[in-house]
Amino acid sequence: MMHLSEEQLIAYREGETRNRESFAAHLKNCDGCRRELERIEAVFAALDAMPIPDPGEDFGRRVWQQISPRLAEKRERWWDPFFEPHRLLAFGGVAALVLLAFFIGRYTRTNAIPPSIADTGKTNERVLVVAVGEHLGRSEMVLMELANAEPEKGQKLMNISAEQKRAEDLLEENRLYRQTALRHGDTVMASTLDELERVLLDIANSPDQVTPGQFEAIQKRIAAKGILLKVRVVDQQLRQQRGNVEEAPQVNATPVAGNKI
Amino acid sequence: MKVSVERAESEGISDAVAVQRTLAGDRDAYRVLVERYSLYLYRLAYRMSGNAHDAEEVVQEAFLRAYQKLSQFAGNSNFGTWVYRIAANYAIDRIRQRNVEEARQASPSRPTEDGSEIDTMAMIKDPSASPEHLASSAELAAKMQQALDSLTPAERTAIVMRHWEGCAIEEIAAVLKSNSNATKNTVFRAVAKLRKALEPFAEFRGTARAMGTES
Repeated sequence: MMHLSEEQLIAYREGETRNRESFAAHLKNCDGCRRELERIEAVFAALDAMPIPDPGEDFGRRVWQQISPRLAEKRERWWDPFFEPHRLLAFGGVAALVLLAFFIGRYTRTNAIPPSIADTGKTNERVLVVAVGEHLGRSEMVLMELANAEPEKGQKLMNISAEQKRAEDLLEENRLYRQTALRHGDTVMASTLDELERVLLDIANSPDQVTPGQFEAIQKRIAAKGILLKVRVVDQQLRQQRGNVEEAPQVNATPVAGNKI
Repeated sequence: MKVSVERAESEGISDAVAVQRTLAGDRDAYRVLVERYSLYLYRLAYRMSGNAHDAEEVVQEAFLRAYQKLSQFAGNSNFGTWVYRIAANYAIDRIRQRNVEEARQASPSRPTEDGSEIDTMAMIKDPSASPEHLASSAELAAKMQQALDSLTPAERTAIVMRHWEGCAIEEIAAVLKSNSNATKNTVFRAVAKLRKALEPFAEFRGTARAMGTES
């Protein structure tokens, strides 16, 4: 058997290998690998020796004294999460779209037939189609920018914090739309949004600054999932659907085929 | 006297009871939890932040955040584990923020996040820093601190939680918001980097403890 790699030795030391028995057998007979493992172990022993200053026996009491005056209004009420800025923004956006759709409908259809339940459903559908279309458009922009960016010659680190922030913002909306799609039984849309969510999560959780190698890995993950193409296709379908909804006759409107959201 | 009796009684209550009482409006019940877990969080925070001042900040903020979100705390997990996670998350955020600020102010060779590896390693492996020069434990501690500082926030969190706190890979993955395989790789990477940085100074001693080859 060849010598064990550093990664295999670390995995063995951490108990995170499936080949524990064969590694142990190898280590029994291989002085070189045993010495390597001893060196790794020595590093951990050195780390263990790192002193931690004693904050004192009354540390807990001091922490309490520091924080107790700030506790009075601190505890979160169950409804507080609904008022977090990013949620307010998302709800506000949807509310604005609903209002916009309402007023557009009101002023452009003065002679139309009085609204019916079917019309209300159609308005909601149109609002959602518009909102999801815009969401996909914004997501596409972020993915495009990342997919097309290239490190400059000799650049050691690339700052992707702006894209990360946008991905984080899009994540919240994406979850809402995915859940709505699922509720409407639109599995194609839900599945695309699910895949998009994973990619956005991946970007949001990457370090702010990445090496060109790490950046390339992100680009490869985006390309591997073909998410850009899927987003474009669904976005295109939505545009057609939007056209259909707008052009459809006002009375006895037939349901729009394809994506329902 | 009555106060001290009540206090002694309250100190003996379980975490679950203390959480319930806190939720019912008894702030003193929360004091029990703070005093019980402060030192535990401090050790984690110090290893992650590398200095006492930041560590104290992390501990305080973790308890404030835990109090704020106590109604969301699922009773099926342990309060200590839960607040530990909050502290780890906050410590990562602080390290990231600190790195970004340092990178902004720094000269081109100043280490930042992932790029720190090369420069900091070179700094640690300064040939003048022979074992003789590092005889005092303070110097060795400083070298260790430098080595830990050279890790990315995720690597540092992973190694602290894994090595010192003995956390399972899945627990670390939850804090890092990552999956098990990626977290495993983060741990491996952290160990390899620390080894590279510390090996010249680590006392080489034969040990069969972790090898499973004793027999």
